[in-house]
Amino acid sequence: MSEVPSELKYTKSHEWLRIEDDGLITIGISDHAQALLGDLVFVELPEAGTEFVAGDECCVVESVKAASDVYMPISGEIVEINEALADEPEIINSSPYDNGWLFKMRASAEELDDLMDADAYQAEIDE
Amino acid sequence: MSNKTVLFDKHVEYKGKIVDFAGWQMPVNYGSQIDEHHQVRKDAGMFDVSHMVIVDLRSGDIKGLLQKLLANDVAKLTESGKALYSCMLNPNGGVIDDLIVYYMSDSWYRVVVNAGTAEKDLAWINEHAAAFDVSVKARDDLAMIAVQGPKAREKSFAVLPVDVVEAATPLKRFFGADCGDWFVGRTGYTGEDGFEIMVPSSEAPALWDELAGAGIKPCGLGARDTLRLEAGMNLYGSDMTEETSPLVSGLGWTIAWQPEDRDFIGRSVLEAEKAEGIKQKIVGLILEERGVLRGHQKVIVAQEDLPPGGAQLEGEITSGTFSPSLQKSIALARVPVEIGDSCVVEIRGKLLRAAVVKPVFVRDGQAV
Repeated sequence: MSEVPSELKYTKSHEWLRIEDDGLITIGISDHAQALLGDLVFVELPEAGTEFVAGDECCVVESVKAASDVYMPISGEIVEINEALADEPEIINSSPYDNGWLFKMRASAEELDDLMDADAYQAEIDE
Repeated sequence: MSNKTVLFDKHVEYKGKIVDFAGWQMPVNYGSQIDEHHQVRKDAGMFDVSHMVIVDLRSGDIKGLLQKLLANDVAKLTESGKALYSCMLNPNGGVIDDLIVYYMSDSWYRVVVNAGTAEKDLAWINEHAAAFDVSVKARDDLAMIAVQGPKAREKSFAVLPVDVVEAATPLKRFFGADCGDWFVGRTGYTGEDGFEIMVPSSEAPALWDELAGAGIKPCGLGARDTLRLEAGMNLYGSDMTEETSPLVSGLGWTIAWQPEDRDFIGRSVLEAEKAEGIKQKIVGLILEERGVLRGHQKVIVAQEDLPPGGAQLEGEITSGTFSPSLQKSIALARVPVEIGDSCVVEIRGKLLRAAVVKPVFVRDGQAV
């Protein structure tokens, strides 16, 4: 059974989002997504400073099995990426919601209103 | 349409993650594909390969039939139990399938073919069998478990029936032995030592439990793919197809050209291809930068390996993955013969450097 923390927002394409105390938004992939992908071996992150529009392909996560695109859930600018993933992409498997975050961005918090809450995402992956 | 092997319930019980593979519901892993890979390289693992099809050829001129159907020559098989790897070609020299044939006696050969191609293989074999008066029987009543790894033999001996252990103990590599309803081949698809054990389907679930109890861990198709790729073994449908000849698929060594009058299907096309000069070959690639090589990525021959003023030459990756043993990405690629010892691979628009090596990366637990 996949973990779906109640305080996060989610997308149909299995990204999660968290509003940090400093107002930045952290984004990663869900426990369900990492389990589907299997052992991760490579992550291609965007560069800090890049601006994206919601729906853009912003990042690629690769497991032994396959490459998978990560889609930008909201529009905004990347301010920080998780450098630790370059050497240890498997952190995403072991800690998808904490140490395995992908990047932080500056965006309008209002954009999160349209995303799924934990219950809706749980229902989505149960289908 | 989705088939299940007789071990399907075991895969669920052992927490296998089930995926569709060639129309079969098979476990891709039982937790971690990488752990299962290392388990086979360092210790012992087992795979359900019951989706592959065992075909018994009995009576009539079996040797004559196989000398017609196969690019390799079964005349090499003189000792009972000896196995041979071969391609079965279409009249255009394309590969219908790759297979293993065991010679048991002049009136019994056993062939093992791929799951995804079994239907067309059987149709093709049957089409030619009548002229040689050979009876063809697909053994759907048998299951097959591959136990692989440096400790696979020793660990499986602890739980296999006594008569099977007796038959399997003296087996040399690439030999098989028949023991009543069971059959054991010292063969595999991982680059490690081990057995492929064929058993009556009804006995397979109990055998699975006993092998697991002996410390031979269940491994999924995911690990099977990284293991075979590290070992430089081709995968049908990726590294060779009906559209590619063995000569450009790293399988030239499996074609028996002698005797010259053996008229196997596809021979004349291969001879013409050879006479014209072979333009491509399969090489191994090791990525020198971060990333993962995958099938269909473009391979570009280095500028210094081109003839003066020559246009850019390109090839394509046929199978690529991340190698758990080498901790680097590796691939098999079909490339122009001009390629030198390094090249460039295009991954999502970026050009990354890769070393060009012989298409074998790991054998018997050691990097080569």
